[in-house]
Amino acid sequence: MDPLARETIIDYYRNPRNKGHLDAPTVSHEEKNPTCGDVVTIELMIEDGVIQDVRFDGHGCSISQAAASMLTERVMGQSLADVQALDKEAVMEMLGIELGPARLKCALLGLKALKVGAYGLESWDWQRGS
Amino acid sequence: MASPPVDQSGWRADFPILQRKIHDMPLIYLDSAASTQKPQRVLDAMTSFYAQHNSNVHRGIHTLSEEATTAYEAARDKVTSFINASSRQEVVFTRNTTESINLLAQSWARANLRGGDVVLLSEMEHHANLVPWQLLRQQIGIELRFIPVTDEGRLELEALDALLDERVKLLSVAHVSNVLGTINPVELLIARAHGVGARVHLDAAQSVPHMPVDVQALNVDFLSFSGHKMCGPTGIGIFWGRKALLNAMPPFLGGGDMISVVTLDEVTWADLPHKFEAGTPSIAEAIGLGAAIDYLSEIGMATIHGHEQALTAYALEACAQIDGLQLLGPSSANERAGLLTFTLDGVHPHDIAATLDERAIAIRAGHHCAQPLHARFGIPASARASFYLYNEAWEIDALVEGLEEAQRLYAF
Repeated sequence: MDPLARETIIDYYRNPRNKGHLDAPTVSHEEKNPTCGDVVTIELMIEDGVIQDVRFDGHGCSISQAAASMLTERVMGQSLADVQALDKEAVMEMLGIELGPARLKCALLGLKALKVGAYGLESWDWQRGS
Repeated sequence: MASPPVDQSGWRADFPILQRKIHDMPLIYLDSAASTQKPQRVLDAMTSFYAQHNSNVHRGIHTLSEEATTAYEAARDKVTSFINASSRQEVVFTRNTTESINLLAQSWARANLRGGDVVLLSEMEHHANLVPWQLLRQQIGIELRFIPVTDEGRLELEALDALLDERVKLLSVAHVSNVLGTINPVELLIARAHGVGARVHLDAAQSVPHMPVDVQALNVDFLSFSGHKMCGPTGIGIFWGRKALLNAMPPFLGGGDMISVVTLDEVTWADLPHKFEAGTPSIAEAIGLGAAIDYLSEIGMATIHGHEQALTAYALEACAQIDGLQLLGPSSANERAGLLTFTLDGVHPHDIAATLDERAIAIRAGHHCAQPLHARFGIPASARASFYLYNEAWEIDALVEGLEEAQRLYAF
């Protein structure tokens, strides 16, 4: 692994940004990776389709936790449309490393929690007709 | 530190892949419990089959088909003597241990068990010896019971009194745990199970490759293992059963090669062992397994077991020096096989494995297909280093250095 990228990842792992909980999240969604026990919960405060505040919580390997933390910084203040554009490449770019299939699952756990949570809200809204 | 075990072997040099460099460093392969590497002569045996003798078996009259059949059946003879089966008819080729256990569940158990009968397993089983029984439970309503595991990673034998009664028709347990490394007291378990009239199956995936196993001396009824965990190729496994039991069992899979006479209305089964080998088998793989057995037998299974125990004792002592390393399973080498499963405080197993990979060291990280056992110990995942005849003491020194590096990088 590129030493600089690893240093950044370990820094986010040890000193996670935006880790914790919101007082009244509009969305809270947890995703797990049963093969390694990684867990990431994403909490969002969404107003008018914009992420006003975001937290993550969880435990697991450095990649899963650092990627989730970096993701919270990335989406803070963004619209749900912006979130839709986030993909695998975006996460790898944040981490600064290429990943094989096993660790890719770790890296994308936070994004999965974010997308399922965020889109769940949209579809819930849509079904409610709002 | 203990004096390192003598690397008497040169066995490492028999394995071409171990000459490989990973990140410009010599490969240190400590994942043999997942799958072992193959010596040159196994590769040669398979190449020679495809280059010189390739054909289907049991069908043709032509020269190649006779050669292929002879080589395939010779491999069965090698397995027969390797586990000291009383007859070659008792040795069934399957794809792997998992398929062998599914064969046992869907043929023997489905024909002989009915709702309310009990299959006794343990908490330390690989998913291969759990899920087939959960499937059968859904199909015919059997009951599953589990021998608990102690904090030291042994079977809780005191629980047998309550677990074993005449409703138990089968005890199916791991001979050696793929996570804890525990060598289970199978002679005692077999005697106790037979005492209530139950049959006994051993999941020998982690024992047959590493120590002498004699099915007649064990007095066991069924036994399963995989070729790829004993220097052989993937795609070939063994299901062994007593002849009288196999004879009374219905086929598992139907098709060509497992029949005697077929009309549109009726079918009679082929004799043992072919009744259980439907379709074209893994011919080259069986021949490769035969070559692996030749290789292991020439060295001697007792010698291999001794080498692994010396490595394990050395590794146990080295790991005891690492603060924050929590070992799963018994702490003495003589009651365990050559694998160490552990957690490192503050370092996720993935990060351990990734750090070691950068030093060309291959270990396994995850739940090792034993989620219930990890739940029993309250951990989501663990790291496992496992040894075989080609490992040497310097590789354990490198492992320990790598673990200390992982701690320096990640623990906080």
